[in-house]
Parts: sequence; structure tokens; C-alpha cells
Amino acid sequence: MFDWLPRAASTYAHDIDGLIWLITAIVGVWFILAEAVLVFLIVRYRRRPGHPAAYVTGDRRRQVAWILVPCVAILACDLIIDGASAHVWEKMKQTQPKPELEIRIEGRQWAWIFVHPGPDGRLDTPDDVVKMNEIHVPVNAVVRFALRSSDTLHSLWIPELRLKQDAVPGRTIYGWFEATRTGSYGVLCAELCGAAHGMMRGTLTVDEPDVYRGWVAAEASPPPAAGAASPATTSAASTSPAAPASTPATKGAIAR
Amino acid sequence: MSHDGHAEAAGLWSRIFSTDHKVIAKQYLFTGIAMAFLGGILAQIMRLQLSNPGHPVPGLGVVQGIKYNATVTMHGTVMIFWVAMPLLLGAFGNFLIPLMVGTRDMAFPRLNMLSYWTFFLSTVVLVSSFLVPGGPSPVGWTAYPPLSAIPAYSGNTWGVHLWILAVALELVAFLMGGINYITTAINLRAPGMRMRDLPLVVWMQIAASIIFLFSVGPLVAGAVMLLLDRTAGTGFYNPAAGGDPLLFQHLFWFFGHPEVYVLLLPGLGIVAEILPVFSRKPIFGYRMIVWSTVVTGLLSFVVWAHHQFVSGIDPRLAAPFSLTTILISVPVAVTLFCFMATLYRGSIEFKTPMLFALGMMAVFLIGGVTGILNGSAAADIYIHDTYFVVAHFHYALIPPVFFSFFAGIYYWYPKMFGRMMNETLGRLHFLGTFLFVNVTFLPMFVMGLRGYPRRVYDPSQFVALGNMGGMQILATIGTAGLLFSQVPLLINFFGSMKRGRVAGANPWRANTLEWLAPSPPQHGNFDEIPSVYRWPYEYSAPGRDNDWYPQHVAPEGALSRKAG
Amino acid sequence: MSTPTSPGRPAVPASSPAPYAAPRAATSVPTGRLGIWWFLASEVVIFGGLVTIYVLFRLRHPEWGKLAAHTMTVAGAVNTLVLLTSSLTMVLAHESVERGNLRLASQAMLQSVFAGGVFLVIKAFEYTHEIVQGFTPVAGLFWSFYFAMTGLHALHVLGGLVAILAVRRAVQRGENPHRVEYVGIYWHFVDVVWIFLFPLLYLASRG
Repeated sequence: MFDWLPRAASTYAHDIDGLIWLITAIVGVWFILAEAVLVFLIVRYRRRPGHPAAYVTGDRRRQVAWILVPCVAILACDLIIDGASAHVWEKMKQTQPKPELEIRIEGRQWAWIFVHPGPDGRLDTPDDVVKMNEIHVPVNAVVRFALRSSDTLHSLWIPELRLKQDAVPGRTIYGWFEATRTGSYGVLCAELCGAAHGMMRGTLTVDEPDVYRGWVAAEASPPPAAGAASPATTSAASTSPAAPASTPATKGAIAR
Repeated sequence: MSHDGHAEAAGLWSRIFSTDHKVIAKQYLFTGIAMAFLGGILAQIMRLQLSNPGHPVPGLGVVQGIKYNATVTMHGTVMIFWVAMPLLLGAFGNFLIPLMVGTRDMAFPRLNMLSYWTFFLSTVVLVSSFLVPGGPSPVGWTAYPPLSAIPAYSGNTWGVHLWILAVALELVAFLMGGINYITTAINLRAPGMRMRDLPLVVWMQIAASIIFLFSVGPLVAGAVMLLLDRTAGTGFYNPAAGGDPLLFQHLFWFFGHPEVYVLLLPGLGIVAEILPVFSRKPIFGYRMIVWSTVVTGLLSFVVWAHHQFVSGIDPRLAAPFSLTTILISVPVAVTLFCFMATLYRGSIEFKTPMLFALGMMAVFLIGGVTGILNGSAAADIYIHDTYFVVAHFHYALIPPVFFSFFAGIYYWYPKMFGRMMNETLGRLHFLGTFLFVNVTFLPMFVMGLRGYPRRVYDPSQFVALGNMGGMQILATIGTAGLLFSQVPLLINFFGSMKRGRVAGANPWRANTLEWLAPSPPQHGNFDEIPSVYRWPYEYSAPGRDNDWYPQHVAPEGALSRKAG
Repeated sequence: MSTPTSPGRPAVPASSPAPYAAPRAATSVPTGRLGIWWFLASEVVIFGGLVTIYVLFRLRHPEWGKLAAHTMTVAGAVNTLVLLTSSLTMVLAHESVERGNLRLASQAMLQSVFAGGVFLVIKAFEYTHEIVQGFTPVAGLFWSFYFAMTGLHALHVLGGLVAILAVRRAVQRGENPHRVEYVGIYWHFVDVVWIFLFPLLYLASRG
């Protein structure tokens, strides 16, 4: 069967999917009902000889009730939707489960930079694993991310995780996710960010914890030159808008 | 009458720079129609590129990168500011308000002329941005900084400058127009016409103008600040200088969301005029519709942040804005239900204006209900900036902007040009438009739910989200069909000016005052200013031979009503 | 060219259809005054938006207080007085029109124009003083706001001067004396805006 939404791969993905289907069901019923009534009225009261129109102004109390009673029902549905929505929102955006891993993400024209903590488990140490357009996380672990941008707006968009968050220059925005399925997923940019916006994408790899640890160890050990690409040092340089895409690595990203 | 060449030239001059609201309405109409084709062609370019990724669009090469972004930007800008506004407010507002309230012209005819020519100037500026080096603005119709504030980020200098200038001029033009509309409808009503005797479309035009007037100010200020950032080097939106990029988003959507209702309300107003005439029944729940319009207008000022759920605003703001957004469904539903109840026990005649009015309701329902999904902050995390949003706002805006506009054109064409339009061509136009709107935009809901992001020129890279090539091609066929469906309209519109059946003053047997004036009305509209004796929707009143009872017809033996 | 031929139509020459003057007021408010009020409503939102933005930024930046110390408070205070005086003379002009004394009205309007001119001269002097000290519009966000807000206001003063002079010319010929009231309402608005800007930009920032 055709799947409407991409297969869910995070703890809150099911909440969002459930919400989407709940709203779709509620508004779907109203939609079908309204269209059915509309079509019925159009067909039933088409012009026929001997059937003049009636004089109904809708000012009588009973007639007003025809309109207001369904609208009260709509109001009730609205409040149900709002309640369910606020609940999911709170879980995703206003609570922070205890993170097992912290990752720093920086959007720039036109690449995602992911800073993973090295084997020591901490950021801002020499063994940090800095990758361009490549993020690795262990499965079933709460990952807290700090999202930044060094030039324009970007939006971190991982459909399978149901995760979307704008990156705003001058701010650090925190969020979290917990991937529930191993595999590799697309990381897109959902906010118009310039010429190669449509080509700005990376890959999320969700591994078993030991595979992830092995990857970090392997990435952290090779030559310390990798640290030179740390966004902590490059971000200051790249705020100069004159050459946002001038680093060779970024060019490579554009060329896919 | 004889006149020499000098008088002839002066006459031509005063007809171009006319202060007559009907001439100005037609100027808005023709400018809007011309821009609609520009906007449509831009849409077709995008669709051709999207359904054939990586391959050239005939005559344009591969539309990618800045070129594609500019196409997206200009399509949105043109359709909202240079099509929807001039057609719904500029053309219908200007044409209808003085005629329907029974006066000779707008309250400030020269200001009205100035408003059109400011708009015309803004059109020239916008179109000229296609010709400058670097092409037109590629920063999206929302023009979010820093992309729009720092030329190096967008790779475009003059296109964005001109875009901001053009939009600011356009806003000023409609500000002047709006002041005129409000003042005219409040103060120039014919003797005896109370506010509750105003046709609903006039109510909706006033409401739209007031909403516009109170929402646009901060954006005007914001646009000036953006222009200063770009040209003078200030840092209002530049975080490096202490500015805040999110500020512009607030200013933009504080205007941008009410703007949706600025377009929707006049569209609903047109439907409200047509439904009673073609079902020969009073509008159902006049007062409920007016009140729900007021509530919609008020609510529209407190929903703007629903465009920014994932933009980095304080997450505690999401729940209240989600609530207000979803609550707006109630007043809008009141209006739509009243429209449906108007059909109940009616005698519906399916002339082209009625087809489009009914089509507007049917299609708008899709835009309305899908808005709930976007309004829910949590669901919006997933849907935001995907094709789902694109489909939603096209379903929300095409019904008022195009269906209502077409309904209004077929309905008031006899008044504007003195002749009837052709019914067969009109039906053909309706069928094509109705069908192809859905062929274009239904697939986009599917793509959006799969996670396809907007404003991306090569969708083939998202095969992981499911192969949507078929859907893309379907949507492209839809756009082409939609454009092609406008051919009968053009033939009908221009052909009927010469060949249409002569209309007479009141071809639809309608009640409102514009049908008292000759078709087309002369300068000054009425031979004599009418007096008004009743509300505009007295159809099929019991105890009368005629099933209509115009507002200006005095009841037997009645004295003229005093102004109230 | 079509000619109005049917009987009873207003005799308007077809070659130059003159605009119709607004015939009557359905409410008790004259149409021109109503129009001016709606116009001012739109202006209130423009300045209101700008002031709100500024206040929000100001709350986030207490250090702007030190920058504001470089504004010329005395000049600003004198300018407040000058504008208030010009508002007073506009009221006198309106009064005189009501009493039918168009000569006095035209004189009072000239006084308002003079005061408005003095305001602009002092403002220009302030700008020069600030810019030579290095406080240009790009010297920081406070100065960007300062110049943008006072600049927009100065443009409104300039527009007001042109409007008053235009109305005055007509009044001297005895035309449209009611417009003195309308241009006066606008002028008071410009005054009120300054009364908001002066403490916000010059005074409240000293902290």
C-alpha cells in the first residue's frame, strides 16, 4: 500500500503522525459533510417550474440555530485539536529529556556542519568529530542539538524524524530527538537560503550504539588536521558574506 | 458637438488620468489581468522545470539556482500584490462601492486617481526588475533577512532593491485606495441607506480596507528598514550589528496574515451578492455574516506567528497562536454556512456567475479545512515549508482571488461594458478552471505529506521520500490546462465588448443600486441620486408579483426615508 | 467621444469629466475630516510599529542609555517647544477660519510654517553635530533607530509644511477654508509623534 507519510523513525514521530491523522479525520468528516450538503442543496433546489423560492432571511431564532449549532460543534472540534496539538508540542519543544549525546549543528550556504563529541563524550575538545553534511547518532539515544547559522536562515529538516527547526544567525536554538530505527535518512534544508538552497542536503546515519562508538573512535583518531575545519574557527570567517561558498569543501557539497 | 484637435487631446489626457471611479476600476482590472498572465507564465515555467528535473525549459535553459528562486519569488509577489489586490480591491472595490452606495464618485476622486497611478508606477518598477543585471529578486515573496538584507547572500543587488521599492509603493497605493473606500462607504451613502442596508460586498470591502490599513504600517516601516540595511549599511536585521532577523518575520506576517483576509473577504462578498440573485432568495443571516466578518478581522491580527512555529520563536508562544488560528475557523464557517443556507429552498439558476460562486465555496472548503493542519503547531512542524503548505494556500487563495473574480466579472460585466458575456464560453471556462485547479494542487498535498520541501528546483534528489515524478507531471499538466482554460475567458471578455447582447440596466433582475444606473453608467453614475427604502436582498418577498424588490423603489405611498 | 444626451443628466462636458465633489455626509462627520482621521490611523500604525520595535530593542540593550547621552537634549527640548507653538498657531488659524477671518488665518498659518522651518533647521544642526562626532546612521543600532525615526518624522514635518502652504494659498483666494482644520489635524499628529520620540530617544535612554 502507498504510505502517505515517510516511515517514522523517532520517538515523537508517532505523536505527530497520530496528530495529523486525528486532524485529518476530524476535518475530513466536516469536509465531506459540508460538500455533501452543498451538492445536495444545489441539486435539490435547482430551478424548476412551479417551485418558487421561499422568503427566508435567517433572522429567526430557529434559523440562527441552524448556523450556530454546527459552529459550536466546530468550536468543540477546534478545542480537541488544540488540546491534542498543544500536548504533542509540549513533548517535542518544551521538555528536554536527559540527553545522552550533544551535537552541534551549523547551517551555512550551502552545507550542514555537524560537530560530534569525540570519544571523550564532550564538545569543544580536540577530538571532536566535525563532518560536513554527515551526521551519525546511536539508535534509541536522546540527542540534544544546538543549532546555529553562520549566514542566512536555514531549516534543519529530517522528514523521517518529523524534525524541522529553523537555524537563525545570531542565535543558538536547542532541540532534541531520539531516533528509533537504524538506517540512513536525508537531511534537507527547508528554508530558502540562496542559490543552491535546493541542493543543500546531508545524510543522517542511525547506528547501533557500538557501531556508532566505533565510528567516532575511527573518525577521531586520524590526523589532527581534521580539526582545522572546526566551525568554531571557520564561522567567524564565514560571517563575511563576500565568499560564503569559497571553501573547497563547500563547493564539493554543491556539486554533489 | 464639435471640437478641435486641442480639445481632443485634452479629452484623451483626462480620460487616461481620469478621476472617475469606473475608469480607475477598469485601469486596475486591465493591469491586474495583464499581471495575472505574467504570474501564470512564471508558474508554468516552475512546473515545467519541476516535472522535468535537470532538463532545460524550452527557451529558458535549465531554470535552477537563482533563476528558479527568482521565478518562485516573482510568481508569489505578482499573484498576491499585483493580481489579487488590483482585481479584488482595485477593480471591484472601485467599481462597486460608489455605485452600490448610490453616489456619483469616490469621496476623494483625485486621491483615487493618485492611488491607481502610484500602483501603476509600482508595476513599472516591479516589471523593470526583470531587466536589471542579476534579474528580479530571488529571496522569496516573504523576503526574509538576512538573505534579503545582505546582497552577497542572495547574489542579487538591484532586483531586491527594486522589489522592496515596488512593494512599498504598491502598499501605499492601496492605503490611499482603502482610505477612499472606507470614507465613501461610511459617508456617501444614498439618502435612507443605513449601514445595515449596505450590500455585503461593500461591508467586506470596508472590512478588508480597515484590516489592510491597520496591518500594513509596521511592514512599511520594516520595508524602509530593510532598504536602509541594503543601501545605507544599517544593521536592523543583521545579527552581527546587534539586529534581529526574526524581527522582519514578525513585521511581515503581522501584515501577511491579515492580508489573506484582505483578499478572502472581498471574494466572499462577491459570492454573497451573486448567491441571492441566482437563487432568488434573500441572503441568509445578513447580520451573522457581518458579525463573523468583524470577528474574522479582529482574530486575523492575533494569528501571525503561526507562520513562525519553527522559526526559533519562544516555544511558549505556539499554543496561544495555534488556538487563535484554529478558532478563526468558527467565524469563517458561520459565513460559509450562511451562504449554503441561502441556497436552501431557493430556485437556483446556473448562470456562469453562479457556477463560479458555487465553485468558490466548494474549492475554498479544501483550503479551509487543510488550514487546520497548518494551524496546529505540532502538525506544522512536519508540514511547514513543504508542498502541503503550497497546496493549502493555493486552495485558500485561488477561490477568492480567481473564482470570485471570475464570478464577479461574469456578473458585473454587463454593468461595466453594457453587454452580456457568452454563457457557453463561460461554462467552458468554468469547467476547465474547476477541473485543472484540482489537477494542479491535489497532487501537491500528497507530495507535501511525503515531505517534499518548497522552493527546490530539482525534486528528483528526494527519491528517498518516494518517487513523485508522476505527481509532478500531473501538476504540470494541471497548470498548463489551467492557463489554457483561460482562453475562452479572453475570447468572451474581449469579444463580448463588441458582439455581446446589449444588457440593459438590470439584466439579472437584481436589487442593489448599481443596477439602477445605465449600463455602462455615465460619469456621475445616476441621473438622480436614489433614495433607499430597504435592504439589498429582498427577493421572493411574499405578497409581491415580482420576485425582486430593488432598494430604490419606494413602497406605495411612502415618504423618502431620512438619512440614518 | 460620448456626450451625455439623456435629459436630466448633470451637464458635464464630455471632454473633461471633472471630479465630483463629495456631495453629502451620511454621518455627522464631514467627509474630509473622516478621510483625515483614517489617514492618520494608517500613520499611527506606521509610527506605532516603529516605536514598538524600538522599545523592544531598547529593553534588550540597557547600554544604549550611554549612547543617548550624546543626543542634544537642549536642542530637542527647544524643538518640542517650537512644534508645540506651531500647533498653537494652527489652532488659531482654525479659530480664525471659524470666525470668518481668513486674513488672520493665513497669517497664523504662516507662523506655523515658520515654526516648522525652525524645527527643521535645528534638526539639521543636530544631525550635523552628531555626524561630525562620528554618530552616523551606521554607527550602531541606536543611531540607526535615531536617524530612521527622527528622519521619518522630519519628512512628515516637511510634507506638513508643503500642505499648509498649499492650503494657505487656496484660503487666501477664499477657497476651501475647511481644509485649514484638516491640515491642522495632521499637523497636531506630527506634533504628537514628536512628543513620543523626544523622551524615547533623548530622555528615557539616560539610565
